[in-house]
Amino acid sequence: METHIVEDLAKLVADGELKAKTIEVESEFSAISAAVGASATGVRTFTATASQGLALMNEVLFATSGLRLPVVMVVVNRALSAPINIWNDWQDAISERDSGWIQLYCETNQEVADTVIHAYKIAEDENVLLPVMVCMDGFFLSHTMEPVDIPSNLGGFLPKYKPKHIYLDPKRPMTQGPFAYPEYYYELRKELSKAVDDSESVIKKVHKGFSKKFGRNYGNGLVEEYKNNKETVIVSMGSILGNIREVVDSRKDVGMLKIRCFRPFPKKDIIKALEGKKSVIVLEKDVSPGLGSGALFSEIRDILYDVKNKPKVIGYIGGLGGNDITVDMIHKIVDESKKKKEGEVSWL
Amino acid sequence: MTELFASGHRACAGCGSAICMRTILNATGPDVVACISTGCMEVVSTQYPTTAWKVPTIHVLFENAISVASGVREALNSQGKEDVKVLAIGGDGAFVDIGFRALSGALERGHDILIICYDNESYSNTGLQRSGATPYHASATTTPAGKNSKGKEQWKKDLPAICAAHHIPYVATASIGYPDDLERKIKKALMIKGPKYIQIHCPCPTGWGFDPSKTIEMAKLAVETKMWTLYETENGKKTINIKPKGNPVEDYLKLQKRFRHLTDSDIKEMQKKVDEIWDRDFKDL
Repeated sequence: METHIVEDLAKLVADGELKAKTIEVESEFSAISAAVGASATGVRTFTATASQGLALMNEVLFATSGLRLPVVMVVVNRALSAPINIWNDWQDAISERDSGWIQLYCETNQEVADTVIHAYKIAEDENVLLPVMVCMDGFFLSHTMEPVDIPSNLGGFLPKYKPKHIYLDPKRPMTQGPFAYPEYYYELRKELSKAVDDSESVIKKVHKGFSKKFGRNYGNGLVEEYKNNKETVIVSMGSILGNIREVVDSRKDVGMLKIRCFRPFPKKDIIKALEGKKSVIVLEKDVSPGLGSGALFSEIRDILYDVKNKPKVIGYIGGLGGNDITVDMIHKIVDESKKKKEGEVSWL
Repeated sequence: MTELFASGHRACAGCGSAICMRTILNATGPDVVACISTGCMEVVSTQYPTTAWKVPTIHVLFENAISVASGVREALNSQGKEDVKVLAIGGDGAFVDIGFRALSGALERGHDILIICYDNESYSNTGLQRSGATPYHASATTTPAGKNSKGKEQWKKDLPAICAAHHIPYVATASIGYPDDLERKIKKALMIKGPKYIQIHCPCPTGWGFDPSKTIEMAKLAVETKMWTLYETENGKKTINIKPKGNPVEDYLKLQKRFRHLTDSDIKEMQKKVDEIWDRDFKDL
């Protein structure tokens, strides 16, 4: 799934087009571990994974953010076993939402290419210093070939990575990843949590700088409101937004809110886009068994708790394990949304 | 001489592994990066905001120190710092068991790193659970001796031989009871390019149950009774470094609580097995 990405990178390195060293590890666990080691030494690193590979990395993900290492990783979103399945949903990355990584979900391959560039600038910002996951839907994006523009000259947009906070050099020995008693652990995790919260402004700023220079934008970098002047709005992420746009274009009663940044969760922008609406439909490809809904639904509904003009929020779980969510299905969702009760979650 | 593994860390009295860390860094000197696994040595030496390490050190997790070291090595090379040596240091739990995949992967890839296993023959940090390196019939908290149990039922996993089977340039065993031999092996390994593996026997008074003043004596007894043999495998050629006196294993076993449940016939059986292994692996050298 991510194999195209690492294979093509290996080819770029082999052909001398990319000045980098590849490490062909025996497992995803070691892939992210080697990236952590390299990043901690003070160089820029990249890796990519999908589904089971991400699950195998789980333990290292928390350590990467705890060490405040600006590792960038593309996650090709795919279903988790069992049963084994190779197709798309978001359960892999959503299950890592509390790992302390920034998570950006992309709609198109062009957005993926651009977001990887954003990701380094965000991750390496001295006010952020966090790892970033760039999420893209398996198959719908990873196996859909389309020409993308990769800026060959970043023209100073992304300067060389020169870490001040963490590196491994005998000239200035430091101990990274120490053992912390409760009082220090608590403070460091609190700082980490705050850093993820505060990265919102940097994500926005980086997006703005990029669109100014390269002419491509994705809402405000955190969310995008599309024809959001109707009573009903569909909220979703990733490649399914393409189908939702088509539905929005063809009818007068529904708009769209794209969540591009899932961690940090852009609460203010989401409230601004949804407050006063009649109905909010959350469409997502993940579920929390035992809660009866997905993460996006429960989080959206949570942040709308305090708003004055509270909309009705309904949820749809669909697309698990690569099931299609067609334009017709989305039309049907909008049609039946009027009859749904507030808080109701349905399986497509 | 400046100590690179500072005193004041929180290791138990008589800790063999702490002696091991000190000896390793005395041999390597300051131009190294140490990648350490979760375990006794990490917990006692990196209590935030203090550290015993005067060389750059990184701890990430239990099972990935060697993978981290792979990344550190390649990053240092890309910075033009090929001369800085990279150590991956972990206990037997970290390398014999949970990090075994990462060990094998790194050996196969051939990174220029020195992997050092400080072997205290159990998960000592978490309270003496049995590891793959725990000796036969040792009582551990997860394999306790009792009415129906003689302790661990399996022989110690032969990790040095497994590493040698990767056909890496240098594999050695060492012991804190023989510091000159240990230092020589560390220095020698650092002169060799490619992956190197050294497993160092480090008696643990707290876990094994012996007087903390007897750590070095215990380390020497293990070698003299052939419970631990000091050898090198260099480009496939195996050499014994210390010829054991061949004391009866009882001399070693009787001083440790973890073996106190063994009867005379159990000890006899142990002696037989030790002799068989010696004949199999070392007799003809």
